[in-house]
Formats: sequence, structure tokens, C-alpha cells
Amino acid sequence: MRASRPKVAIAAIAAAALAVAGCAESDREEGSGGSKKDTLVFGVAGDPKVLDPSLASDGESLRVARQVFETLVRPEEGGTKVSPGLAESWEPDAAGTTWTFKLRTGVKFHDGEEFNAEAVCYNFNRWYNAKGLMQSPDVTAYWQDIMGGYAANEDPTLGESLFKSCTATDPTTVSLAFTRVSSKIPAALMLPSFSIHSPKALEQYDASNITGSADDIKYPAYATAHPTGTGPFKFKSWDVPNKTLTLERNEDYWGEKAKLKSLIFKTISDENARKQELRSGGIQGYDLVGPADVEPLKGEGFNVLTRPAFNILYLAINQKGNPKLADLKVRQALAHAINRQALVDSKLPPGAQVAVNFFPDTVEGWNGDVTKYDYDVEKAKALLAEAGASDLTLRFHYPTEVTRPYMPNPKDLFELISADLQAVGIKIEAIPLKWSPDYLNATTSGDKHDIHFLGWTGDYGDGYNFIGTFFDRQKDEWGFNNPALFEKFKKADSTADMAERIALYKELNADIMNFLPGVPISHSPPAIVFGKDVTGVKASPLTDERFSTAEFKS
Amino acid sequence: MFRFIVRRLLQLIPTLFGLSILLFIWLRRLPGGPETAILGERGTPEMRAAIRRNLGLDEPILIQYGRFVKRMVRLDLGTSISTKREVTTEFLQRFPGTIELTITAMVIAIGIGIPLGYLAARKRGRFLDYASVGGSLIGICIPVFFLAYVLKAIFSENLGWFPSSGRQDPILGATRITNFFVLDGLMTREWDAAADALWHLILPGMALASIPLAIIVRITRASVLEVLGEDFVRTAEAKGLTENVVRRRHVLRNAMLPVATSIGLLTGGLLSGAVLTETVFAFSGIGAFLAESISNRDYPVLMGFIMIIAVVYVLVNLIVDLSYSLIDPRVRVR
Repeated sequence: MRASRPKVAIAAIAAAALAVAGCAESDREEGSGGSKKDTLVFGVAGDPKVLDPSLASDGESLRVARQVFETLVRPEEGGTKVSPGLAESWEPDAAGTTWTFKLRTGVKFHDGEEFNAEAVCYNFNRWYNAKGLMQSPDVTAYWQDIMGGYAANEDPTLGESLFKSCTATDPTTVSLAFTRVSSKIPAALMLPSFSIHSPKALEQYDASNITGSADDIKYPAYATAHPTGTGPFKFKSWDVPNKTLTLERNEDYWGEKAKLKSLIFKTISDENARKQELRSGGIQGYDLVGPADVEPLKGEGFNVLTRPAFNILYLAINQKGNPKLADLKVRQALAHAINRQALVDSKLPPGAQVAVNFFPDTVEGWNGDVTKYDYDVEKAKALLAEAGASDLTLRFHYPTEVTRPYMPNPKDLFELISADLQAVGIKIEAIPLKWSPDYLNATTSGDKHDIHFLGWTGDYGDGYNFIGTFFDRQKDEWGFNNPALFEKFKKADSTADMAERIALYKELNADIMNFLPGVPISHSPPAIVFGKDVTGVKASPLTDERFSTAEFKS
Repeated sequence: MFRFIVRRLLQLIPTLFGLSILLFIWLRRLPGGPETAILGERGTPEMRAAIRRNLGLDEPILIQYGRFVKRMVRLDLGTSISTKREVTTEFLQRFPGTIELTITAMVIAIGIGIPLGYLAARKRGRFLDYASVGGSLIGICIPVFFLAYVLKAIFSENLGWFPSSGRQDPILGATRITNFFVLDGLMTREWDAAADALWHLILPGMALASIPLAIIVRITRASVLEVLGEDFVRTAEAKGLTENVVRRRHVLRNAMLPVATSIGLLTGGLLSGAVLTETVFAFSGIGAFLAESISNRDYPVLMGFIMIIAVVYVLVNLIVDLSYSLIDPRVRVR
């Protein structure tokens, strides 16, 4: 009799929980059993920020955009070369400043509107004529980065726009005129930020009307709920509280229709949680697989795809922070001291390579015939002694709590490289910092850093997108001022002739390796994983995976 | 009673004012800013400067604070820097998730904690007592995120009994009304959606319940033991009242006062546990979003969310104070 009530209560709670459990489970299987084979739930690391890719620069927004929208030119499947998109062919004029695109016919936007040359010009004019907050650098980041300015710049620090005008000659012919020759065209037009939207939808949902104030930017309905493109998937819903975004098949797609009926992106920021969710069957694939998980997941039968490496990890040397580092001999000593092969073999995923240039050999302009710095402890010591820097102490920054495609495990890399540097007599002052924003802040500004890791994943297949980004002018990250090098970059960027430009990139790579602003370390192939029964997706070095070809094995 | 409530609510104003000043200064003294998070490794100094200028972060802190207060007075919390959605919208979409999770955790903690604590006291010195006291010690010691990982590894990854992340299976395509998913499911008669949402709450709820459960067991046990030793209990028993009556009217009622206080405080404290639990279970509540916002230095979200949480915290404690008078008539509020 005593204490029987609590017992009963506990039993009742347990029974109720089990009852709910049973019923929930049966419902789940019933609800999803039939549709499972045509719905793919894919785990991503972060929520998309915005659905209008013109206003986006984060990878997750662009991933969604790549399924919903199309660009004039796009990367070849699984590669980086410029290939047909909404345009079937394109060519520059003799001066290299006007590019004419021949457009695909029979293409319709998701709202039923016709795709044609007028629509292309409408889009370019929308970006070019951006006003007010549309010119904010965090709103139209890629336009600013690629084109440099607008029709009427509101910020005096902006430069002249690279884009000049768009002419629709006939419904299937469009010409884009630029103010100068640039290495970025046409490759940069592959970026999802240059996706072609339905002019009608843009107007209907007030797409360019960004309101609020500069510190309180508010997006129009188009950017949050009505993206309208021509792609194989249409936007269906964005369930923010449940961290999921649902796309559905575009039945009127001009090309081969998507095999999946719907595609759901589910945000799971924790890498380990994504892996657990894949194993428990809640998702059928995810991106940003930890390098340590690649082999185990393969062993369990999951489809682990390896993207061709399109990135660079480097050790940056800041010449402004420490005058000794401005001495070339000291930088050469650092390069000789590091056993990069050992690092690639032990700490990077299978397929990783030691870097010879600051970009991978899949990019044209790569040069194998540059000064190489073999692992040589004695030489490193001798160089340090010659430079009078035998008692060198370096502040070594490395990030914590982060996995980047080019840098799976910064702490391990830090430990190996520190040991190498200490072996030649350099003292290391370790400075671990949280990736965002502390580490990024500390290493890319000011002069309090001596050496640190950073890297880059290319946006499109042009050498300038790598080396130009790092070295085309003086930057706080490196601190050096090398006018001759900066001048050569300017020349390369404005050379219209492709062969000539590639020759310049080769020269630049040789110059860079002689000047040695930092040590290129490695190119590592990032992995993406799909469920055991999912096939059809081809890994892309630009993370341009096309889910329209994904399907479940029956 | 009415005056008591009004007075407590008026106290909120200076509290919030002070909190906002401290928070504002503290956030802006953190190294780095939202521009670094927005741009990642792609940021050039010019772009960073332009974003800071746009966000008004280059202005004196007093002017920035003034702008914040001006907005606050209009109950406008501004827009998130990273998601560009209104802070109020972000909060309203996520807070229901955290409330559902908190309620689940408290139901588990109270539902198991009070009976267990009571039993431990009644069976003092016996196995059940040692087991529950020892167990609660473990519950307090194990970090919430670790327990969350273990629960997930066992019950989700290996056994497959529970979903491992999220608030609901997206394939269901459930209708959203209030963003309380269980409630939405019941309101729209999407029973499978309601059950699925409930099902997603169990594991994170258990992880989150561990600490309050352990504390409730201990407080209940101690409190019941104290009351059991009181003269009036002996008197009641001597009067020949039945065991049940003594338990309900005399022991539990008197022993519940400290328990109720602790429940109020624990509920507020669950928010900090929620940050970890929500992150591990990719549960879309305010906890996980706060953690993200700290990384992103999303000032408006941090300011807005923490201010709202402060208000909620004060309200919860007000309710707890009011509930004293229901539990114990001697504690009357004037």
C-alpha cells in the first residue's frame, strides 16, 4: 500500500510515453514510406541567408540557388571549365570588351514567363542600376567584387563598373558590353549571383526594393519567399522554425527533368550530428564530411564522393608584423623547414597533394617549373643563421572549432608545423583563436600576427581568382609592398588574349614562388556523402552539385 | 496582490535599462565584428570597412546606443545582421521550440523528480534512497552536451528509436500556425505531425532534464525529510489520519515550497542548457540561434533575445512568487 501511488504514476508516464512512441513511429513509417523514394533530404551546415542569389554570397544560399536558377554560362559538370548554360554559345569581339551570347530557346521561368534576351538585359540592368541599400557591400557582394561599381555609385570609394551595357539584338541574341578587358569574363558569369530571374516575378515581388536603414536592412518578399528561375527545381517552402527548405520538381523544365519529386535541405550545423542523422536515416546525404569520417562512411557502404581539389591551404607570413620576416632568407628558411609531404600524408584526406603554386594544377596558368623548397632542416638552419635570425620567435595563429574544405583539422596542422619550425630553432608562441570572428579578424587585419594558416576555395576557374585575390595589392594579411608584382597582376587582368594571359599567370606563379610571400601547403579534396541507395550526383570542385540527376536505386 | 504585480513589473524598467547598457558595452568590446563573420576569409579591408560603415559601427558607442534605445521604445528590435530577418520574427519562430523543449524537460524532471525525491525520503537509508541520491549526483555532474551525445548515439544512431535532430520530419510538410509544433499538429488535426513533433522532443528533453531532475530529487528529499520530522506531522499521524491524507495535506504541501522556488529558478536556468542541447540535436530554438549569433557577432539578435529572455525570466519568477500563496496560505502577498 505504501508508496504505491508514485509507482503507479511512474508506470503511467512510462506507458504513455511508450504509447506515443509506438504511434509516432508507425505514423512516420506510414507517412514517409511511400514518398521516400522520390524525396531526398540533404543535410547542410547552415541555413541559407536569402533566396535571391543576387543578394547572396554564402555557400548555403548559393547551393539552393544552383538548383532553382540558371546562369548564362555554367561550369561543366564535375569540372571548372566554362560550358553552356542558358546561353548555347558565346564569343567576344575583337577588342575583347563585348561578349555576344546566343541563347537557348524554349526555356520558361517557373512562373510561366518566356526566357529571352530581354529577360537577360532586365537582370543585368537591375544589378547595374542598383540604388540605395542595393549598393551595400554585404547585399550585392559578388556584383561589387566582380564588377566593381554601379551605374551611379553612391559610395565614393567604389570604382567604375566593369559592366557597361546590355543589348538584346533579337530574342535569342544578347550582347554584354564591358568597360575594359577583364580576366573575370566570362568565367565569373558562372557564379550563381548572376542567375537569370523572371522579370515579371522580380517586379511583382518588389525584388530590388530593399528597405530599412543601412544598419537595419530589410529584404523584399522576392528574396525571402518567391525566387523564380528556370532551373530543374522550383522553390516550394522555407520552414525556418524547422530549419528546412523544400524544393519541388519543375515539370516544365527545358532539359532533362529532375528525377526526384522533391528535394529538402535540412540544416544541421554540427558535423557529428549530420553524420549521426545520416546513419539513423533522417537524411540521405550531407556536405562537409569530416576527413576522418571519409573512410569509415565508405566502409559502411555510404556513397562518399570526393570533389576534385579546387582549393589551397597556405601558411601566410606577415612581413609587416615582424621585420625579420621581410628578409627573404628567413621566409626561405621557413619553407625549407616544413615537411609538407609528411603533413599531407598524415593529416589530410586521401587524394590531397603538396602545393607547388598558390592554385591547383586544374587551373590554367599553373606552373610546375617554379622554385621549389624541399624539406631540408640543415639548409633552413643555415639560412636563418645567414639572416641573423637564429633566435627567431614567431607568433603562430591557428583557428579552433573549424573545419574548412582546405583545412580539415587546423590544430593538428599547427602541431606538426610547429614541431618542424622548432626543429630548426625557431621559438613558437601559439595563439589559438576561435575561427569566427576572432581568428579571421586577427589574421586579416593589423600587424599583430607573424604566421598563420588560411586558404581559399575558388569561385570559378581562373587563376586570378586565386593569386589575384591574395597578392594583387598590399594587404594586411601579408603586409608586403611589391609594386612590380602588383603591376604585373594589373597587366594579367587586362589581357584579352587568353593564351597571353595564361603565360602571364605562369610568370606570376614563378615570381610569387621566388618572392615567397607565404608557403603554399596543400590542395585537399573535400568530400560529400550520399545514402547507400542514392546515385546520380557528380561531385563538383566548385560545389556545384546538381541534384536534378540524383535518384534512389530501386 | 495587484499592486504587488504592478510593482514587480515596474521594477523591470530599470533592470532592463541597466542590462541593456552593460550588454551593449560588453558586446562591442568583444574583438571582431559582424563584418568578419559576414565576409569570412574573403573579406578585403575595404569591404570590411564598408560594412562597418553601413552598420553604423564606426560611430561613437553613445550614438549607437541611442539608436538602439530609440528603437526599443517603439518595441522594434531591429533586423538580424546575418539573416536579415527581423529580430522579433526570428524570436517568434524559435521561442516556441525552446518552450516546447523546456516544458518537456520540466515535465520529465518534475514528473520523475518529485515522486522519486519523496520516495527516497520515505525510504531513507534504504536502497532506493541511495540509488536516487547517487543517481542525482551523476545527473548533476554529467555535462548536458555530453549526455546529449550519449543519448543520441544510443537511442538514435544505434537503436534507431528516436530521430536524431530537428523538430519534425520535413517530409510531413506540416502546417505552421503558432510554431508550437505539437499544438499546430493538434489544431490542424495532423495527428502524425503532432506525434512526430512530440517524438522529436523526447531525447533532447531527457538530456535537458538531467540537471533539474537531479536537483528536484535532492530538494524534494531534503524538504520532505525536514517536514516529516515536524511536530504537526507526528500530531497528524497520532490523530489517526490515514497515510494518504497526511502525505497530501501535511507533508507534500509543506515540502513543496522550496521545490516550487527551485522549479522557477531551474526553468529559467534551462535556457543555458538549451544552448547546448539544441546545438547537439540541431533543434531550432533560441538557444542554438543565440550560440550562432555570438559567433556571428549579430548584435541586434543578441541584444534583442537577451532582453526578451530577461523579461521572461522575471515573469517566470513572478509567477513562482504568486504560486507560493497557493501552495502555502501563510505566504500572502500584499
